[in-house]
Order: sequence, then structure tokens, then C-alpha cells
Amino acid sequence: MDTLAALAGGFATALTPTNLLFAFAGCFLGTAVGVLPGIGPALTVALLLPITFQVPATSAFILFAGVYYGAMYGGSTTSILLNTPGESATIITALEGHRMARAGRAGPALATAAIGSFVAGTIATAALTFFAPVVVELALKLGPAEYFSLMVIAFVAVSSVLGHSVLRGLASLFLGLILGVVGVDLQTGQPRFTFGMLELLDGIEVTIVAVGLFAVAETLHLATRRRHGEDEILPLQGSLWLSREDWARSWKPWLRGALIGFPFGAIPAGGSELPTFLSYYMERKLARKPEEFGRGAIEGVAGPEAANNASAAGVLMPMLTLGLPTSVTAAIMLSAFQSYGIQPGPMLFQTQGELVWGLIASLYVGNAILLVLNLPLVGLWVRILKIPAPHLYAGILVFATIGAYGVSNSVVDLLVMYAVGIVGLFMKRYDFPVAPTVIGMILGPLAEQAFRQALTISQGDVTTFVTRPISATFLAIALLLGVGPWLWRALKASRAARA
Amino acid sequence: MPERRPVAGEVGVSIALILLALVSLWESASIPVSPIYARVGPTVFPWIASSGLLLIGVLLLAQALRGGFGVEPALAVDWRATAWVAAGLAANAALIGSLGFVFAAIALFVCVARGFGSAAPLRDAAIGAALALASYLGFEKLLGVNIGAGVLEGLL
Repeated sequence: MDTLAALAGGFATALTPTNLLFAFAGCFLGTAVGVLPGIGPALTVALLLPITFQVPATSAFILFAGVYYGAMYGGSTTSILLNTPGESATIITALEGHRMARAGRAGPALATAAIGSFVAGTIATAALTFFAPVVVELALKLGPAEYFSLMVIAFVAVSSVLGHSVLRGLASLFLGLILGVVGVDLQTGQPRFTFGMLELLDGIEVTIVAVGLFAVAETLHLATRRRHGEDEILPLQGSLWLSREDWARSWKPWLRGALIGFPFGAIPAGGSELPTFLSYYMERKLARKPEEFGRGAIEGVAGPEAANNASAAGVLMPMLTLGLPTSVTAAIMLSAFQSYGIQPGPMLFQTQGELVWGLIASLYVGNAILLVLNLPLVGLWVRILKIPAPHLYAGILVFATIGAYGVSNSVVDLLVMYAVGIVGLFMKRYDFPVAPTVIGMILGPLAEQAFRQALTISQGDVTTFVTRPISATFLAIALLLGVGPWLWRALKASRAARA
Repeated sequence: MPERRPVAGEVGVSIALILLALVSLWESASIPVSPIYARVGPTVFPWIASSGLLLIGVLLLAQALRGGFGVEPALAVDWRATAWVAAGLAANAALIGSLGFVFAAIALFVCVARGFGSAAPLRDAAIGAALALASYLGFEKLLGVNIGAGVLEGLL
């Protein structure tokens, strides 16, 4: 019952007035950015990184976690009412949710999304509470070689699962790894990739790259294709109360969504899109009225929405127990840990118990706050949705300026951010995913550290990664993830050729 | 069978990646290494990252030459909108050092809003000013983050 005692301690931390205020602010902000298209939790957390200089670590992470969870709730509102997903994790929600809204059932769609998010989020947070200490026990047995191989899994997963092409995903990843090398090497003090510029000795700021890719590149990309259609916001129709039938059709998808979402978030297989897709197809298979799918089936909203929230909790598990981020937002949170001088990993639960358990407890609190914010107050978010695009994107760029210029007051940083933005514009235009760049840049230096430690232990023998059984298993999984999609396609092609 | 023709933009992007990888290889080679660290020194990881990018770049180039990445053809660029946004970014960078954050932000806001189709620059300027002042005060007073002192900021 150690876990329960620790959790109780966590609640004592999370329920102090200050931390409650941070949780509320995070949830509020998160819902807002989730609702707004073009701005997401990763960008928001990156912009909020400067507060790590001002507030205690616990409060900062409660705020960040609130933003992360909040965006999952808010994104569904946009998907349902606007058909433009507010977040990548809510793409699937738009399929059935928007059709429901067209049929005048926006209210029940929003309700099943919010309640489902609450139910699944709470279940997944409970799973995090009880599984995390177990994972920590296991993680303590891993050496640097195993860590490196684990990070290879994460690298391959984010590159191959998230995008449309493994090659372009890997290109984006290697770009990030190279960006991560820039600066002074921590072990030997040698400057690397600095081109003789003093500004580059400290490396490139995560904020600048993240904001450049997510705000500047996104805005430029939208500007280049502005003529191509505007979306119409559907009115909020239908009662926010679920009918008896809606409840009956929703509760099982919620539970199944939670069961799919949590493990997918927790294994380093990248992001919350995949579980939402899986949940959708599962619900369509299991539905009693499958013919309603495509015309606004409530199961198609309930399941994926539950899955994406559960996966958000799942992502925090490898993040807190292994120091291994599997989503961009988690990666940026990892860099926040570093700016406090805290190294996430199995030791975190011992050295920073108050922080970890306060954060976990705040997730329960956050889910409750978000349910209230997203159901009774949904009218507020509909109004935010009506911010005209010109002002929205102009505002995003003003905030991007603050992110790059705010801390350093250096025009060079601003220009670097623009340069990253232009690179990002080309990446978007040619369909390179940008997430692997950010994850590679943040996780790359940690992977290098583990790599060199492992080689130092093995006295330079690179076979250490394949002769240690756990490490070899991890590498095999990584290989499978990398070539899996290819094999799958080749198999399908040959089958199609035979048929 | 779709046509197997090189796609110009994609060839360009692949070549850019290859060039970047070459620069990166060159830089890896020029990292000074003391002999103590020769085996697992600071150059091993840069070598891996750069050669990885080179390999991927070459594979992408082959793909681009043999009919493209297979993505949907990119939509025509709206140059007017793009130019306004770019102008806004440039004005922001040019003004922020001298006139300060608030004025630079107003210029940025008006240009970007214009690019996205707003036809009321004065109203945009007012909204931009309100947003810039609010965020300036918010970051400065609440978080202690100094976003660039300038003409107006000195008075507050």
C-alpha cells in the first residue's frame, strides 16, 4: 500500500491553493489551445518554458500536465463543430462527431466526448499510478546499453508510425539528431557543429526550434495555401444531456477506448493517433448498428475520444519512469525537467517523490476540472472558436516572438526561429513529419550519453548492444517497427498481384 | 501504372538534405578530439547522425527521381498571403531591437492579419496593440520575463 500512501501525499501537494490554481490555469489554457486550430499543447508548453525560471518545479509540471490533458479535451470540440481537427489526436473524432453535429446532435457528441475523456482519463491515470512503480522497479535494472536500445525504439517508432513514409520520418529524425549535437560536448568540452559562432556553444534552444516548427512554419504553410477553403462552424445544437440510449451506446466504447489508449501511450510507439484509429475501427466492428457509421454514430466519438485521453496518461508513464518521451509535448516537458536540473528516470520516484506524486495526483484533479470546463462552459469555447483566422494567426506569431525573443532579447534567436520556420514550411509542403525533429533533438543528446556510457563500460566493444539480451530484444523490436510497415505493404502488394 | 517522372521540388528537397548531411559530415570530421577519447569520443554520434541523414537523403533522391514521394500534389502557392506574412516577420525582426516589442508586435499583427484576408488594418492595429500590451505586462509583471525594452516599454 506504499503507492496509496504516496498518492495521498501527492494529493496533499496537488490540493494546495497555489497548485490548484496552476492546475486550473493549465486546464483552461490547454482547452483553449486544444480548441484553436493551428496551436497545440507542444507549442504552448514550449512557450511556457520560461516559467521554469520563476516557479517551483511541481507547480510548473502541474501547469504543463493541465495543458496536455486540456488540449485533448478541447481538440474534440473543434473536430465536432468545425470538422477541422483541433489536434492530431482528434482527427478521428471529426469523422462521426462532425456528422452528428450536422444532424443537429452536436450536444450529445460533445457530451460523450467530454464524459468519455473524463472516464478514460481517470482510469488511465489510475493505471499510471499503479503501474509506474512497477516499471520503475524494472527500469532500475537497465544499464546504459539497454537505455540506448530503448531510445532507438522510441526514435524508430516516432519516425515510422507517425508519418506517411518511414524514409521521410527518418530524415526528420536525423535532422533533429544533428540539431541536438550542436553545442559544447558535455563529456569532453569540445565545441561541435558551432561553425565558430559563440551563440551556438550552448546549443540551440528547444523553444526556438519547437516554436519555429509549430508556430512559424504552420502559419507560413497556411498562408501559402490560404485560398483553398474556409470551414464553417456548426451551431451548438441538441441537449448536452445524454439520453438513455446515448449512455447505453457510449459506456462500453469509453472503457474499450481506455484499454486501447493507455498501453499505446505507454509503449514508445508514438503518439495518440494510432489508438484513436484502432478504437474507431473496433467500435465500427462491434457496433450494433454499423450502418450508422459514416452518418454520425455516437460510438465513433465515444471510443476514440476515450482512447486519446487514456493515451495522454499513458505517455506520461515512460516519460516519468524512464525519462523517455514518446510525444512532442512529453519531449518538451523533458527539456523542462532538464532546465530544473532534474533527470527524469527511475530515480525520479525516489529523489523527487513529492514532485512525481503531486503531478500524478494533479492529473486526477485536472480531469475533474476539465469535465466542468468542457461541459457546462462549452459555450465559452465555441466563442473562442469564432476568433477570425487573421487575428488567430497574427496572435500566434506575436506569441512566437515572445517565445524566441523573451528570454534572451536577441534578434539572432528570432532570426534562427524564422529560419527553422522556413525549413519547417518545406517539410510540411513535402509531407515530412516535424515531430521526429523535435524528439530527436531533445532525446538525441540523452541517447548519445547512454551510447557512450555503454561503450565505455564495454571498453569500446560495439557488440555490447546485441550481446546483452534485453538490449538485443529492444533493437529487434526497433528493427521490426522500422521495416514492418514496408513488409506489410510488400505483402499486401504481392497478395493483390496474385488475386 | 502512374507516370515515373522526376518531381522537381522533391528532387530539390532531397539534394538539400544531402548537402546538409555533407556539411554535417565535414563538421564531424573537424571536431577536435584528444587521443584519450579516441574510441568513444565526441565524434562517434555526429558521424552516425550525419551518415544516417546522407543515406536517407540519397534514398529520397532516388525516390524523387523515380516518380516522387507519392504525396498529393502540393496546392498552388498563394503568394500574396505568403508575402504579407513574410513582411510581417521581417518588420518584427527589424523593429523589435529599436522600437521595442509592442510596436514590432503591432506591425507583425497588422501584416499577418492582412495576409490572412483582414481588410481593416486600423482595427487590427488596435487589437494587436491590446494583445501586445497585455502579454508584455503579463510576462513582465507575472513571470518576470523581459520581452525587450523599447520606447513604450520604458514608460510603463
